[in-house]
Amino acid sequence: MTTVENGVNVQALLEARTALQGAPEAAQFTWRATSKWDHGVHSTTRVQQFFGLGAEQSHKAESVFDADHPAVFAAEDNGITPIEYLLVGLAGCLTAGVASVAQNRGIQLRSVDAVVEGKHDIRGILGADPDVRNGFNDIKVTFSIDADASKEEIEALVAQSQKRSAVFDALTNPTDVTVEVA
Amino acid sequence: MDVTTVVIGAGHAGLAASHFLRERSIDHVVLERGEVANSWRRERWDSLRLLTPNWQSRLPGHRYEGADPDGYMTMGEVVDFVERFATVTAAPVRTSTTVTSVSYSGDRYDVLTSTGAFRARTVVIASGACNRPVVPAFSDAVPAAIEQFTPFDYRGPEKLPDGGVLVVGASATGVQLAAELQRSGRPVTLSVGEHTRLPRTYRGRDILWWMSTSGVWDQRYDEIDDLTRARRLPSPQLAGTADRSTLDLNTLTALGVQLVGRWAAIRDGKALFSGGLRNVFALADLKQQRLLDTFDALGVSDLPPPERFAPTTVPTASRLQLDLRSGEIRSIVWATGYRPEYDWLDVPVLDAKGRLDHDGGVLASPGLYALGLPVLRRRKSTFIHGIEDDARDVVDHLAAHLAHRP
Ligand SMILES: Cc1cc2nc3c(=O)[nH]c(=O)nc-3n(C[C@H](O)[C@H](O)[C@H](O)COP(=O)(O)OP(=O)(O)OC[C@H]3O[C@@H](n4cnc5c(N)ncnc54)[C@H](O)[C@@H]3O)c2cc1C
Repeated sequence: MTTVENGVNVQALLEARTALQGAPEAAQFTWRATSKWDHGVHSTTRVQQFFGLGAEQSHKAESVFDADHPAVFAAEDNGITPIEYLLVGLAGCLTAGVASVAQNRGIQLRSVDAVVEGKHDIRGILGADPDVRNGFNDIKVTFSIDADASKEEIEALVAQSQKRSAVFDALTNPTDVTVEVA
Repeated sequence: MDVTTVVIGAGHAGLAASHFLRERSIDHVVLERGEVANSWRRERWDSLRLLTPNWQSRLPGHRYEGADPDGYMTMGEVVDFVERFATVTAAPVRTSTTVTSVSYSGDRYDVLTSTGAFRARTVVIASGACNRPVVPAFSDAVPAAIEQFTPFDYRGPEKLPDGGVLVVGASATGVQLAAELQRSGRPVTLSVGEHTRLPRTYRGRDILWWMSTSGVWDQRYDEIDDLTRARRLPSPQLAGTADRSTLDLNTLTALGVQLVGRWAAIRDGKALFSGGLRNVFALADLKQQRLLDTFDALGVSDLPPPERFAPTTVPTASRLQLDLRSGEIRSIVWATGYRPEYDWLDVPVLDAKGRLDHDGGVLASPGLYALGLPVLRRRKSTFIHGIEDDARDVVDHLAAHLAHRP
């Protein structure tokens, strides 16, 4: 295999996979976000700490995300709408997957661009039509990838990245969600 | 009774082990809870035919000799084929003998059965890889008005109520039952997860001819990159039919079967299906194409040119939910796989998931062996034609073990 440099430490990922096969407890992660209402439909969510490998962990720095609604919703538009964050997550996850799989398969990437579109009928959240769901009706991701690989190999990269994607799974399969008042 | 080797199970795997034990004059018994070829007699549906062609049905020193090498055996024919092998090899089978416990006491295995006890220096577990159907835990939440079937209690469409059927799983079993049920006039919804798409014939040859010729079948377990994955691979979407037609998802769509994604959960009486259908289609289409490309690269001459198959058609409106209380679905067929059962095995050789922890059929407990598990030693391990090489290797190891420990 020729050496390619996509900047993904595949060796470390493969070693982690082997190590965690024998230690399922260490593989249990909890990702956390804490949010605070600001004003109107504007809130601020912070992410820094998480749990994994049996211990508390921390990102290098705290990330702060503003969520609001746009002016067409008669809001102040201090940030993107919450459902757009799902698109951010999906794009980030699938792109990371493409890079990792390419690295593992010895494919040199030059550029990976994606357009993510979520079709949303907002009559659902407005309660205007009980037959319309609240969430996305469908999501379309279009990748443009320039790499040292055939079209088929690139399609296989994209297919494999979905297969191992946390966000793709979270969006396509039901998840048990508990919401409580502390 | 003292015996050198106990073989558990008189399917083709146990009988092949017996053949090689006899060749080496190792005294042994084959213990079988039912009759020879019991799984083919009791655990298959009526219309089933092998998906491997007749010319490929071979056991050590024993092969198909009928007039239709390209055809596919019915269950009756498979039973005859395996039974004849048992007769020809004079296998010392004890039928109606259920093994209830196997334990190890330092140098001997104590094998308890419904008809008596054996003490053996070595044991070959050939009790089958498909003893129980696997059904997801959420099947408990299916409303009582819906009848549920597994491939073990399914015999034919006529036993199912009229009305809609939800077939779960699109491997060999699922696609075959979906086609049969749809043709019986029951509207079928098929829940599709990861699957293996294959054409029945390619460039005029049976796809399994290509699998043999290319050497894919013979690939050894210690040469495979991701063995865990290879051992869990879904069975291919193939059926043995007189017209040698392809039975992929496009065939089923043309028959009128409605495709939905992997069944993920039941919530409030509704079945929820994954929205990832396009991806499992893409994965299977790409994988099929890669396999056909490797066949083309073999450079076999005198065959029709390479063929390209249309991608799997994505339903225009794939449903994500189905209300199980609406009456639309009257029965469910779980074609969600099979698993072996080892509740009689009292030797600590199972992994955390209850599977035998083996290295090419050799277990960590000295003198204990297994045969007939997925990719045990080769890709072909679970198939009838795959047992000869595996059984020879395993019996070689067993004989060496006996020689080292007289
Ligand atoms: C639906 C289906 C279709 C298949 N189609 C094909 C095909 O087309 N071509 C092909 O090559 N392969 C096919 N296979 C795969 C394989 O050939 C069969 O699974 C075959 O039955 C495996 O043979 P075996 O000897 O390993 O196990 P089995 O045939 O299952 O034999 C195991 C024997 O052990 C006995 N047993 C189990 N537990 C005990 C116990 N505790 N005490 C005593 N006896 C016990 C059982 O009664 C059984 O007779 C198919 C499998 C299935 C499930």
